[in-house]
Amino acid sequence: MPVLARWIEAAGIPTVVVTMMPSVAEERRAPRVVGVEFPFGHAFGMPHDRVMQRRTLELALRVLAGASKFGTRVDMDMEWPVPLREAYQAWQPKVASPIVRKLLEAQRSQQNSS
Amino acid sequence: MIVDSFKFLPRTYRPFYDGRGPFAGEEEPVWAPFEKRLAESRIALLTSAGMYVKSSQPSFDLEREQTQPEWGDPTWRAIPSATPAAEIGVAHLHINDEDLLADPEIALPMHLLAELESEGVVGGAVAEHLSVMGFQKLGLRDWRQTAAPELIAHLQEQGAGGLILAPA
Repeated sequence: MPVLARWIEAAGIPTVVVTMMPSVAEERRAPRVVGVEFPFGHAFGMPHDRVMQRRTLELALRVLAGASKFGTRVDMDMEWPVPLREAYQAWQPKVASPIVRKLLEAQRSQQNSS
Repeated sequence: MIVDSFKFLPRTYRPFYDGRGPFAGEEEPVWAPFEKRLAESRIALLTSAGMYVKSSQPSFDLEREQTQPEWGDPTWRAIPSATPAAEIGVAHLHINDEDLLADPEIALPMHLLAELESEGVVGGAVAEHLSVMGFQKLGLRDWRQTAAPELIAHLQEQGAGGLILAPA
């Protein structure tokens, strides 16, 4: 996604990436970054929590319009209101993705052969 | 507060993301200054949650991903800004879609953006926001060669003055 932001920015359209992995977006050289400590799939906050979503969207707009230089990162000062263990499990798919299944199978067959 | 980028990521996934640096050829800064006031600018949103309009658009191709795990569908969808939440589908095998279906605004806050438009905070919103499916490995080349130029042309046609991208 940061690389997509770069390509679009290079075409003259200012971008900001709102992400739960802001350090990765920085490494990937996104022009403007808003970090959120939210679970994957929830860039703007909790479902139906309009106050939280609005705070995130407003911060994204401020960084989009007000950042003065490449690489600006501002983190959202808000904690996820669900206990970590629960939130950590809730965002993950019920069935592991094909690439994760493949990696796990490869790991298992390596363990079995050693 | 400084966000912990790996708080919700399983530890085994971390090496795929941490310390990898920029992609080859993507080291240099790119910068388009935001020159107008927000209240005079038209804003667009882009989600990578694999959202699509159920009644009029095909889903992203998850069947091929099941048989070819390194591949992710590199196509994109234009989501009309007034699409009701019940019309939004989600095709993404790497996240739980329950919350996204219950309230698509958590990834694509287009109704909230319309609210900010009505209050004069932003000048406007594009007529169609954008959706991609964010798992791209083998698909990254197609993203660069096909999807990105199409997305840029679409944003330019709609007069987008700025884009908010939200990875899923």
